[in-house]
Amino acid sequence: MSDTILPTAQKPINDRRDSQVMLSRVANSLYWMSRYIERAENVARLLDVNLQLMLDFADLNDEQLKEHWLPILRSAGDEETFFKSHKKADSASVTEFLTFSPENPNSILSCLFTARENARQVRDQISLEMFEAINEAYLFLKSKNAREVWQSGAHEFYGQIKNYSHLFQGLTASTFIRNEGYEFINIGKLLERADKTTRILDLKYHILLPRVSDVGGAVDAAQWQAILRSASALEAYRKFHVEDILPKKVAEFLIFSTTFPRSIRSCMQHLDTDLHRLSGKERREYKSAEERAFGKLLSDLNFLTIEDIQAEGLHEFLQKVQETLDRLDDHIYREYMYHPPVDIQAEILLHQQQMQQQQ
Amino acid sequence: MLTDSYDRGDFFDEMFDDAGPVRPHYQNVAEHLRSLDEAEYKRKQTAVDLSFMRGGVTFTVYNDDQGTERIFPFDLVPRVIPDTEWKRIEAGLAQRITALNLFLHDIYHEQKILKDRVIPPHYILGAKHFRREFMGFNVPKDIYVHICGTDLIRDRDGNYLVLEDNLRCPSGASYMLENRAALKRAFPELYRNARVHTVDEYAADLRRVLQYVSPPSLTTSQPNVVLMTPGVFNSAYFEHAFLARQMGIPIVEGRDLVVRDARVYMRTTSGLVPVDVIYRRIDDDFLDPTIFRPDSLLGVPGLVNAYRSGNVSLANSIGTGVADDKVVYYFVPKIIKYYLDQEPILPNVGTFLASEAEDRVFIMENLEKLVVKSANEAGGYGMLMGPWATREEIEAFREQIRANPRNFIAQHPISLSRHPTWCENGFEGRHIDLRPYILYGEKITITPGGLTRVALRKGSLVVNSSQGGGSKDTWVLQGDS
Repeated sequence: MSDTILPTAQKPINDRRDSQVMLSRVANSLYWMSRYIERAENVARLLDVNLQLMLDFADLNDEQLKEHWLPILRSAGDEETFFKSHKKADSASVTEFLTFSPENPNSILSCLFTARENARQVRDQISLEMFEAINEAYLFLKSKNAREVWQSGAHEFYGQIKNYSHLFQGLTASTFIRNEGYEFINIGKLLERADKTTRILDLKYHILLPRVSDVGGAVDAAQWQAILRSASALEAYRKFHVEDILPKKVAEFLIFSTTFPRSIRSCMQHLDTDLHRLSGKERREYKSAEERAFGKLLSDLNFLTIEDIQAEGLHEFLQKVQETLDRLDDHIYREYMYHPPVDIQAEILLHQQQMQQQQ
Repeated sequence: MLTDSYDRGDFFDEMFDDAGPVRPHYQNVAEHLRSLDEAEYKRKQTAVDLSFMRGGVTFTVYNDDQGTERIFPFDLVPRVIPDTEWKRIEAGLAQRITALNLFLHDIYHEQKILKDRVIPPHYILGAKHFRREFMGFNVPKDIYVHICGTDLIRDRDGNYLVLEDNLRCPSGASYMLENRAALKRAFPELYRNARVHTVDEYAADLRRVLQYVSPPSLTTSQPNVVLMTPGVFNSAYFEHAFLARQMGIPIVEGRDLVVRDARVYMRTTSGLVPVDVIYRRIDDDFLDPTIFRPDSLLGVPGLVNAYRSGNVSLANSIGTGVADDKVVYYFVPKIIKYYLDQEPILPNVGTFLASEAEDRVFIMENLEKLVVKSANEAGGYGMLMGPWATREEIEAFREQIRANPRNFIAQHPISLSRHPTWCENGFEGRHIDLRPYILYGEKITITPGGLTRVALRKGSLVVNSSQGGGSKDTWVLQGDS
């Protein structure tokens, strides 16, 4: 067994006994805890913005409603699961499904429950403050009060969910030790954030009245504005572009900005740093095919223009980003978290034989 | 708040003496409680409950598929022990753990105590937790029980008696520490004025014990110590995570460990890292499916062999359960006499063995007056409280005793001392016990205080968390008042 073939996590026998070693299971839990919190925040923002957007379009028929909500369902949740239990995709059914449904593993409720379960798994690793923040979110969602808050004002409800996430991320920054675990937390958050930004931007591809007459009209502008707000990017965008909200500029901003922390490029730059801290490789060296594909994409972002992407097709480009991130997620799992499952029966046999030899 | 209408009843009351006045060591507490109004007291109680819930200071309720988590109810009125009284308890506990360690060594080596007929051999050799496989095995530093929780109660006259020893995986130390932290937040001034011994050293002491018993073959001075838990669904998971955090050691599950060439490794992001000492919060039976229960998914195949090879230490050692068998409990005073030639400082509760013909006759004739316990159960399970039981329950136990007398002991019910405790309509007396924690490493360390458990249901004598029990902070004063 040579080092080059075996992923790090499976390399035998290392004599490090310092406090910096981290169980693979712990790395896995930290990563998912962080990813699910970021996911819950993004779903909350997406629903909040779109519910508000719908206020301006009061007289849509069923078909139009479906056209609006279906892409959101696709981007945030799971279309198939949804239609198993729902006939109609409208504001009420989709928001309910994406907020409270325990059947939907990506509903806000499921995300925060899973995040909290992972936090419990690593209760000894994270700070008390971090656990309390996540536990409070859990207790809130578990209480009857949660639904009451939601019914009396969805905006307040989603605001609270976003606050839990911000509180947690702030506490992570201010109370968590800068060890390997911090990289896993960051990578989980950044991967999720980059992925969600691609999906939010891609909404406009599927969405929403792609009729020629609407393009460039009031509806179109409102929708592009909603896209920006879904990524928390409206105010940031305005700092750079004082003119009207232009589709091309929005896409450019959400893809290329080096200063806005939710742009795809910005997330990937930070991911790049964290990946290197984790692997211990030099800055432009990559550990695997997946990391190299990621590095190549990041490098592309340094040289491409929005026109290049438009020529390639925005949707196709975004899909490529998603695939690259998916493969990176897979690589991280195999490299740092996966150990081949122990075959208990085989182990028992092995140790019984060893004991007999000793006797 | 604490009014003259408080009913002491015919019990030993911790706060008030029989004639009426507040005992000297409770003056501070009583005065403070009198000065509080009810609303303020309730506010403090709510704040503490909320902080426990938020911080996840909870236990998981078994037999509930919702995975319900509850807080262990915490009563704000502290239980106070004067210095002199504590010194005696401390001496008694040290004496007891010393004798029990000598006993365990003897049982797993020469068995002199059996040969001298101090204990009939069949009680030990047939005991459920006796591990024949470990005969002749030498444990590191010759210490078997590193962590011990001994349950003490007080009788009508206030004498401390030992109710049981917990020599396997005693739990509750985290609540001792959390209760203290909560009480300091609720009553900072009262606490400061009372001059109380701190309990904060527990985790550091425990860590020192675990390091001390590392394998003799280990060359590094920094052993890799881990805490092994059955997992997040175990009712005591909070405690496992809490103690690991306090000690700064990793918490591991069976699936995080693997044994190769009689060495234990943990599976980390940077490869397999050797483990030297395991503070295991998992019973013998589940440690290693190769040796014990083959169906156990919690354990690690090969762990016992690594232990036998001297490559990893376990705290507590394997096979200590034989000494907290309730039948062996009966013999502890004799054990103390035999190994130390001393009288026990802390006496036992008077006990009858169902397997002794004479005792059995007495037990069968007096079931409705006695407390009957299974020899190997914990947590208040497998118990008959004769005076409060229905006829059916009594008859069911009679059958069980007849079928398997070795498995039962009986005791006269001890009324347990009572302590003012907040109940819905003010302070009422509730029965309490005390579980101090004893650590045995380079020396014996007993954290001043422990976990006072309180039976919150009116009249109840069962203090277990699984059966309506709560807890209190326990203060050992630096003086006697």
